[in-house]
Amino acid sequence: MAPRALAWRTAILAAHRDETPTAATLVLRVPGWSGHLAGQHVDVRLTAEDGYSTQRSYSLAAPADGELIELTVQQVAGGEVSPYLTEVLAPGDPVEIRGPVGGWFTWQPADTGAVQLVAGGSGIVPLMAMIRARQLAGSTAPFRLIYSVRSPGQLYYSAELGSLAARHDGLDISFAYTRAVPDGWPVPPHRLDAATISPAVWPAELAPACFACGPTAFVETVADILVSLGHHPGRVKTERFGPTGG
Amino acid sequence: MKLPPGQYLTEDFPVLSAGPTPRIPLEQWRFVITSESGQEHSWSWPEMLALPGEQPTADIHCVTKWSKLATSWRGVSVDTLLADVDTAADFALVHSYGGYTTNLPLADLLGGKAWVAYRYDGDDLAPEHGGPARLLVPHLYFWKSAKWVRGIRLLPQDQPGFWESLGYHNYGDPWREQRYQGD
Repeated sequence: MAPRALAWRTAILAAHRDETPTAATLVLRVPGWSGHLAGQHVDVRLTAEDGYSTQRSYSLAAPADGELIELTVQQVAGGEVSPYLTEVLAPGDPVEIRGPVGGWFTWQPADTGAVQLVAGGSGIVPLMAMIRARQLAGSTAPFRLIYSVRSPGQLYYSAELGSLAARHDGLDISFAYTRAVPDGWPVPPHRLDAATISPAVWPAELAPACFACGPTAFVETVADILVSLGHHPGRVKTERFGPTGG
Repeated sequence: MKLPPGQYLTEDFPVLSAGPTPRIPLEQWRFVITSESGQEHSWSWPEMLALPGEQPTADIHCVTKWSKLATSWRGVSVDTLLADVDTAADFALVHSYGGYTTNLPLADLLGGKAWVAYRYDGDDLAPEHGGPARLLVPHLYFWKSAKWVRGIRLLPQDQPGFWESLGYHNYGDPWREQRYQGD
């Protein structure tokens, strides 16, 4: 039997939340949506009046709430798709999507083992979906997140992450800043390196499931460091957000 | 300029892979073709470089939507590697260092359509792009062009590889937009 195709469907923008000056969360209503795994993505297709059409992939940022799904979109300067999604698409407007897609970079609440998340910039989005899925399910799986951004103003979901970390229920969060730090931050801005990552990650002996997501160079660096710290390459899952697209 | 449906043009060379980049010392590198009877044909790194090289130029299309035109490579045609292999297999499962696999009909590796490539754009192939050597099958979505390739297993029956077991299309023709199962 041939597998059933993932059909394009029309989603309606239900709400728009700015995350940073250049990133927004889109809440989409998708009739008939039957759920997805944390870490999966959807394809979005825009079609112009002259018939020209183009597609991009965006990670789902949260578990589905019935027919509502959330994407967080980083605006890419000069991009064909992301400026439209973040600045033009208004509540009530339609957009074509299909998905969910991707069965590798995923976490399920039935997984009770330790989880190590490492996010660079907008790479937080699929990892936030895992954190939110953990919260929603009441999972006690021990999670650690290292979240690296250029500056405090670039943090997505900062209030929510702060309140989740304050619950002390097994989610630990470490922030790292590469260009500018908050007032009173104990260390100057710097890129993630082995000396920074080593004390903040689960020890390799715990055999955590590791998920690293961000720009290619960031993910290459982080994955190499995790392997050098003894984490088995087969337990280090990566997702790269390329420099192109938008 | 014509692109497959749903693709957009990039000048960069983005990276897609599922895990850490394996590092393979050249003195340990081997490429092995295993026929359906279990017979092995194996090449060391110097032996691979000593085979007649070709310099294909090809447009490449990633399932994540980017396409890159006129990429230039150097490598050994899979026809050359299979010349002395006795096989009646119809399918191939390609294996990589690091454990990645991808499947395709053997016919798609023959007839000047596929190479084991070890240079890109005049330089040694960088590890993040699959060095020391990767498969190059540009007429299919680029996940079929397995990075860090270590061998090809010839099979009488089709056997899905890594992404093909995770919801991606079994064949992956970009011109028919075969991204996901059922497309």
